[in-house]
Amino acid sequence: MDLRKIDDNTWEIPKQGEMRVPAVIYSSARLLDDIKRDQTLTQARNVACLPGIERMSYVMPDAHQGYGFPIGGVAAFDLDEGIISPGGVGYDINCGVRLLRTDFTAEDLADKRKELLAEIFKEVPAGVGKGGVTRLSRGVLKDILVKGAEWAVENGYGRSEDLERTEEHGRMKDAAADTVSERALERGLPQLGTLGSGNHFLEIQKVHEIYDEAAARAFGLRAAGQVLVMIHCGSRGLGHQVATDYIEMMENAFGVKGLPDRELVHAPFKSPQGRQYYRSMCAAVNYAFANRQMIAHWVRDVFTRVLGSAKGMDQVYDVCHNVAKVEEHEVSGHSRRLVVHRKGATRSFGPGRPEIPECYRSVGQPVIIPGSMGTASFVLAGTKEAEALSFSSTAHGAGRVMSRHEAVRRFRGEKIRDDLARKGIELKSTSWKGVAEEASEAYKDVDEVVRVSHEVGLGRLVAKVVPIGVMKG
Amino acid sequence: MERYKILPHTADGKFQAYGRTLEEAFGNAALATASLMWDWSKVEPRVRHFVHVTGIDREQLLVKFLGEVIYLFETKRFLLGKVDGLRIRPEFAGFNLEALLGGDILSERHELYGDVKAVTYHDLKIEECEGFSVQVVVDM
Repeated sequence: MDLRKIDDNTWEIPKQGEMRVPAVIYSSARLLDDIKRDQTLTQARNVACLPGIERMSYVMPDAHQGYGFPIGGVAAFDLDEGIISPGGVGYDINCGVRLLRTDFTAEDLADKRKELLAEIFKEVPAGVGKGGVTRLSRGVLKDILVKGAEWAVENGYGRSEDLERTEEHGRMKDAAADTVSERALERGLPQLGTLGSGNHFLEIQKVHEIYDEAAARAFGLRAAGQVLVMIHCGSRGLGHQVATDYIEMMENAFGVKGLPDRELVHAPFKSPQGRQYYRSMCAAVNYAFANRQMIAHWVRDVFTRVLGSAKGMDQVYDVCHNVAKVEEHEVSGHSRRLVVHRKGATRSFGPGRPEIPECYRSVGQPVIIPGSMGTASFVLAGTKEAEALSFSSTAHGAGRVMSRHEAVRRFRGEKIRDDLARKGIELKSTSWKGVAEEASEAYKDVDEVVRVSHEVGLGRLVAKVVPIGVMKG
Repeated sequence: MERYKILPHTADGKFQAYGRTLEEAFGNAALATASLMWDWSKVEPRVRHFVHVTGIDREQLLVKFLGEVIYLFETKRFLLGKVDGLRIRPEFAGFNLEALLGGDILSERHELYGDVKAVTYHDLKIEECEGFSVQVVVDM
């Protein structure tokens, strides 16, 4: 494949064959070595062939091979001529990250750290096949699909200020519960308020270093040592079923002939199938917002119980990693409304965008990038330049480089726990095998990912945070 | 004959399943899917679920059939242990499949060690060569 170097962190696959636009990869030479090893570049090229794609098919620095779209793929489509694709959003719709700040320092926690983590582990259901503590009726679930985190706040989970500090205020307005299948509802019913498994986790962290004082202050991050809580999870079985259902529906309606990859099945955004998927996806997004809202509430409860207060436990932000949204962007000098697909990518709106809360409007939105289990995570700020570079998007995490199978062969969960303990990081998990699968060696170097993001201008470095307690599903 | 083989894949689960017939390969694919979540060979068949799926082609039929294993696990806490009476028949505009899945309801005596979220079309292959071989990647 023809891959041209534009500069140290930018590479291009020029338009060729069926491609309607070029593909652009934001990556260092080192990260590109990993990217070249799997099908990421072919997938980025396939995305560039989709009808109505605007500007470029973009690839973020943490990219790896996905289904249809690469993980770390961003593409925007014209609302009239373009398409929407479940493969461009992914199976875990609105997999995302929520960050809470606190007024505590790591020293304040010192001897309570273990207890805090143990209590959170008891309070927040996690792991394979683990059901939630909430018994839901179908009617209530449908309400949640429409109202998202708003439903959670109305029902005593958290505070109304949390909504303001959530993408879309925790509720995508186009959601329609009647577009979600009976099967998806059935899968969603027992799982609300659960963390799940795989790469999902909850961490107690502390600020390690601040790079941008002004932005950090706006985000409520004060100094090294300050305790934070990060929650990483998504829409669980409900979202997976929505993706599965609409892939099938689009196959049946439009056929699969001529697709470079069957996972790229799509529907015109304006078509009944396209609209219906979009409304169903929004419902799954809302389920995930409600899920993280409930978990955040339980975490605050535990802090109050163990440390006597949840003072200063404000939400910094809640971001989606897998989503399609209608946004305004400039294309060839004109402001246009486009459907932006971010699959394993974080929105990175810069200063001035009306979609971000007023308190962040002068510095850009917080972009939360979790590292792999037990390693550093980063808080970035969205930039104005990202609009022209990537439809306001940046990386979403470290990205895998090793299969789960290989990780289990090479590492042992108990040893990882002991190694982390020596570094002062407490670990609780429902499965040692799951811990081995998520060994940090199985992931790319997140420091390198955020360095590229910062240098290219996709997202500006604000702070580095490190874990002190890890709960894995 | 070997039932299936788990293959390395960067982010998720990948396997090949084999059979003298397409039916047998599909049945072994269901056991391979289960093997990523629990040890199906230790599951005593105490409960049975009849499944019926249709597909526009064999690929969609396989994706939907394996989806049943995940669906039954998540909604009925059903652990697949064996596949009986699997039949695939062509029908107008595609295929239909029927099978009787035997297994148990999740309890303390079972151990879970993975979560399969969805069955994908990525690298999906159905091949006929001295019997049948199917290759599947699942999202974990």
